[in-house]
Amino acid sequence: MPNPLSLRITRSVTVRPLLLAVLMLALSACSEPEAPWHAKDISGVMPDLSFTLNASDGRTVTAADYEGDVRMLFFGYTSCPDACPTTLAYLHSAIQQVPEPLRDRIRVMFVSVDPRRDTPEKLAQYVSAFDSRIIGLTSDEATLRDLAKRYRTTFGYGEVNADGQYKVSHSNAVYIFDGQGRIKLLLRTDLPAEDAARDLTRLAKAANSPTSGSS
Amino acid sequence: MATQLLLPYDPSPVTIAVFAAVLVLYLLGLRRCPAATRPGSLRVVAFLTGLLLCYGVMQTRFDYYAQYMFFVHRGQHLVLHHLGPFLIALSNPLPVLQYWRRQLPGQLMPWLTPVRLLYRCLQNAWVAPFLFVGLIFFWLWPPVHFNAMLDRDLYWVMNWSMLVDGVLFWWLMLDPRNPYTTTALGYGKRILILVLVAVPQIILGASITFARQSVYDVYEVCGRAWPMAPATDQLVGGIITWIPPAMMSILGVLLVLRRLMNHNDTASDTAQMTPTG
Repeated sequence: MPNPLSLRITRSVTVRPLLLAVLMLALSACSEPEAPWHAKDISGVMPDLSFTLNASDGRTVTAADYEGDVRMLFFGYTSCPDACPTTLAYLHSAIQQVPEPLRDRIRVMFVSVDPRRDTPEKLAQYVSAFDSRIIGLTSDEATLRDLAKRYRTTFGYGEVNADGQYKVSHSNAVYIFDGQGRIKLLLRTDLPAEDAARDLTRLAKAANSPTSGSS
Repeated sequence: MATQLLLPYDPSPVTIAVFAAVLVLYLLGLRRCPAATRPGSLRVVAFLTGLLLCYGVMQTRFDYYAQYMFFVHRGQHLVLHHLGPFLIALSNPLPVLQYWRRQLPGQLMPWLTPVRLLYRCLQNAWVAPFLFVGLIFFWLWPPVHFNAMLDRDLYWVMNWSMLVDGVLFWWLMLDPRNPYTTTALGYGKRILILVLVAVPQIILGASITFARQSVYDVYEVCGRAWPMAPATDQLVGGIITWIPPAMMSILGVLLVLRRLMNHNDTASDTAQMTPTG
């Protein structure tokens, strides 16, 4: 990591014993010697996937509707100038690299945190431009706030300019849940898409064979 | 709207219970301790302000902003590690503590030996400053900070460790007992420690302030409370890590110096009085 601060702190004597203790704890927590994930492993850190949101075709969608599939949760908004289009294009590219039959076990939930501007039609049109496995979802602000809080994230609105436009701050990471809706990984676009595809393939394989669903 | 601001964003029953217990024990002890040693109103206000500040940054809407803005988080730790404990230690709640110690049944004392040993170990003149600065560096180490902001349990461990260690450290520095007649740390050592702990905090704060790239990207991952430029957030957070803690050290040094001078004055007075008396 080229970050001078983190390098300096790593070298500092203050942190070294603590780091060792944390490392030992982390090692002792792994009961099975499994290969590490490429994305950040956050299993057990957050609650299982659960939501009730409105799809762009007017249906009410819950987490149970896609039970058995590997699900990715991403918060954004369609007027987003950078993070959202980049991330959705990245997810499309990663999914394309997952072998064909497994690809269908993968779903992306794009949750718009800007329900005032993102009408169902706009949302549907937006997500379909990236990948057919992306589902555009939204709800009222209170419901969205509850869901965001559940995954320790938030969003906020900037000041409205003369054209009625405003910026929205939101999470730039993708939460990945396994076939049983348990939190597994936190994916960010700085990870090469091939590595993301490897993780997704592994999760999709596990979701496909119910006996080894625990992996 | 006002009640919304005062209610906790993430209610923690343990935190609320601990603060309530401390408040009740303090007020009861205050009423019942001997009038001669009872803290005056200024000291009571200092204690309650310190306690309220710590509670406020942990269990009101402030905590929401502290979770999603780096600079507010730094403000939260400034209160938990410096300002709140500083006020609590300055208020000298020793008479209240002594009152409650007298209430403990005698047969409980042997059971408290491990606690006493742990306390003595933590308050060692080498361990205490190391722990005080070490915790700041540990929780601000980018990978650890990332996990602490993402993992709810670790987040609580972080905030509580900062508060508990803050109280221990500032109590060691501002202990009102006479170092010449009790086990309290000598004034010279206190001044040295206060200056020494300021140096790494200044370096850390300055390196965050002047960092060109994003050091704490967890605020991108979790989303910010409002669309503030990440660089501005980091800059302000760095300044809060850098300047106010250094000022707290200076304030501590001034207080210890004042006590040292008062002590020297009374000591020379007694010395002058001894031959004549």
